[in-house]
Amino acid sequence: MKTKNICLLILSLVLISAILIPTLAVSAQQPTPSDDEVNAIARQLYCPVCENTPLDVCPTTACHQWRELIRQMLAEGKSEAEIKQYFVDYYGARVLSEPPTSGINWLVYVVPPLAFLAGVYLLLRAFQTWKRAAKNTAPGTELSGLPVPGLVTGAPPSIEAARPALDDKYVERLEEELKKRK
Amino acid sequence: MLAQFGFGVFVLTFLLALFSVGAAVAGYFGNSDRWVEAARRAMLLTFPLITLGTLTLVYLLVTGHYELQYVYAVTSNDMPFYLKVTALWGGQAGSLVLWSWLMSAFASAITLRKWERDRELLPWVIVVTSVTLAFFLALSILYENPFARWWQTALGDFVPRMFAPAGALAVTPSDGQGLNPLLRHPGMILHPPMLYLGFVAFVIPFAFAIAALVTGRSDDRWIRLTRRWTLVAWLFLSLGLVLGMRWAYDVLGWGGYWAWDPVEIAALMPWLTGTAFLHSVMIQEKRGMFKQWNMLLIILTYSLVIFGTFLTRSGVLSSVHAFAESAIGPMFFAFIGITFVISVALLIYRWKDLRAEVEMTSFFSREALFLLNNLLFMGVLIVCFWGVIFPLISELVTGQKVTVGPPFYLRANAPLFGALMALMGIAPLSAWGKSTYKTLGRALWKPSIPAAIVPIVLVILGVRNWIALVGFTLVALVIFVTLFEFWRGARSRQKKQNENFLVAFWRLAGHNRRRYGGYLIHLSMVVMAIGILGMELYQTTTQKTLAVGEDIQISGYTLRFDSLAQFPYTDGRIVTRAVMSVFKDGKFLGELYPRYDYYPDGQPMTIAGVRSTLADDLYVVLVNWENVSSAEAPFKVYHNPLVNWLWIGSVMFIFGFLVAAWPDREEEKRAGTI
Repeated sequence: MKTKNICLLILSLVLISAILIPTLAVSAQQPTPSDDEVNAIARQLYCPVCENTPLDVCPTTACHQWRELIRQMLAEGKSEAEIKQYFVDYYGARVLSEPPTSGINWLVYVVPPLAFLAGVYLLLRAFQTWKRAAKNTAPGTELSGLPVPGLVTGAPPSIEAARPALDDKYVERLEEELKKRK
Repeated sequence: MLAQFGFGVFVLTFLLALFSVGAAVAGYFGNSDRWVEAARRAMLLTFPLITLGTLTLVYLLVTGHYELQYVYAVTSNDMPFYLKVTALWGGQAGSLVLWSWLMSAFASAITLRKWERDRELLPWVIVVTSVTLAFFLALSILYENPFARWWQTALGDFVPRMFAPAGALAVTPSDGQGLNPLLRHPGMILHPPMLYLGFVAFVIPFAFAIAALVTGRSDDRWIRLTRRWTLVAWLFLSLGLVLGMRWAYDVLGWGGYWAWDPVEIAALMPWLTGTAFLHSVMIQEKRGMFKQWNMLLIILTYSLVIFGTFLTRSGVLSSVHAFAESAIGPMFFAFIGITFVISVALLIYRWKDLRAEVEMTSFFSREALFLLNNLLFMGVLIVCFWGVIFPLISELVTGQKVTVGPPFYLRANAPLFGALMALMGIAPLSAWGKSTYKTLGRALWKPSIPAAIVPIVLVILGVRNWIALVGFTLVALVIFVTLFEFWRGARSRQKKQNENFLVAFWRLAGHNRRRYGGYLIHLSMVVMAIGILGMELYQTTTQKTLAVGEDIQISGYTLRFDSLAQFPYTDGRIVTRAVMSVFKDGKFLGELYPRYDYYPDGQPMTIAGVRSTLADDLYVVLVNWENVSSAEAPFKVYHNPLVNWLWIGSVMFIFGFLVAAWPDREEEKRAGTI
């Protein structure tokens, strides 16, 4: 019984929306779409003629006509996706602010993160070898805070070993660094 | 006649540059000081010569020699004197002359110093600078000759040539086309020379790096010698970028300052590697590490400097076909390729000599964090480089062009910039050599507390955008850490030396200007970040055609269209100017005058009416591409929150730079720095 009721409810909703949606669409046709509505779409499109200029700020006559075309299509009730697709069909993928994720264009999205991850991996590997090398050449370096061989400047061993108050340690390090620079 | 003279001077300078390359190489391999000295003198002589050639061109520009194609293209009778002078870099041919002139000036300045301690480096510094100079001069002589004049061929075509084509008649136009109005803005007058100063100054550290590689000096002498050059290069490149942003904001009339345009990115890329270099050389100076990496960074910077000039000058950006057709494009491409390959080959040859003197011991040491900083900068570089060249690759492979626009760059770079800000907050508190998460944590918790209050306050104030919350928290963290560092240093000194706090502060910063100047630059960067966050996250815009008396609303402001007038200006342009009254909560705040100017050659220039405060900018454009009349006009209004902080940060940046780079006599004496 319950399922029957739900079915009825859904059916009536579908019917009501089937009657309402066309009227809504008609009413959407009435007022001319505002500049803001046009620009909201134009901003996402790139002028097919001028290099790297979004359509909403392009001063050429051609772009003015394209904006009017968007206005007209909006008035006809076309959706944002449909309008964008129309421009892609006519002028190619270059009107979009980003390449579509198809074919070779995948590379534009895949290469930078992969390259970055490769960098992270190389860095981690390097860290590991450095740590290992440091342990092998100077055992106990980390624990005792002894200076690493060849250290040019930096925290002298006494600082860590003596463990005085943080401030003193800091100022010693600071003075040390300043001295080394002189 | 003068044109031929100027051309002849350039040819002579070119030959002299080639001679200095040959003499320097001969001097090095033949172990002959006389040849090296000859190379040095030849290098020095290029400067007065190229100055003479450049002055000749400037004279031709200001005296209206429109028979020359370049003069015709960038000047006109109605332009004021100063614009005729700055028209030197208003076009391609003149820009290349400016490049050569700066290169010669810097190379001469370098060769004038006392070389006793570093005599072995001299020949190779001369080789690198002279090769670069010769390349740019060759472009001027062979392809982009500013002295070429107009000829009318027997067929009636007008062609620019240096020498008369057979049967052609000399033509002298009575007036020129004039400089593009967009380029007549003070920002655009200063922007190219600033960028070029930065570009060319980076050649100097590169030249020393190559000299160090060739001669096999593995110490950090080349870095110490060129530290100031690197800083100056970085300053001018940064200023060039900021001026370009300001120019775009004032003149282009699209309410923003940065559009991730390939031309902008071309100038940003050497800045990225240069900034990474600036940080990582400190590790080499302090710890003797990352020598190979620093070499690679300066090689990359040099290549990107040339690549940046190439991108903006070769036509490659509009299409690969335009590139193939332009003569200058392939020349650039070959030059970048050859210099890059030779530099990297040298680096590989010396790879083993450049091993680190010490090994990294801790993830939390300052050098480890600096390395992370370098990784992030490289990440941004990869995104930018790939974004710029991908459309070219796509066009080559599929024949179809694609646009890689702001959404791509923003999505990829925003987290990287966020991580860089986090590092700016953490790294200053870490120690060289050895630093554990405990010591770092102990230093970090105090400044973290006030920084943690910021997001709470923001949430209470109604901010729900998580990017804004993270961004402003990071800004606060950097500010508090930096102030804390100043306070901690001064306080410790005060205790130790028994000084007054202010005296302690002054002496502390005075004795370590590089460090505290660097902190000031960090502060300036996050102040700029405030403006960028405000613009990227909260900018709003609206457009409407208004009749006189009607108004438009945006972000609590009401703008009423009062009147519109059109009138000629003394220099011949026709100005169309609207008057708008600005109100907030019913209170009158003032008037704005958005306008656009039509120059005699029909070129328009849009000047927004801007009301600028620390909180926000109200930016109104009279939309000249729609129908405008005195009764009705379309306006586009932008509300740009916090954008002023971007410019305030830029000014702070210069101040921080001056603190960091101000000459230190004692230190210079010790290091023999140039």
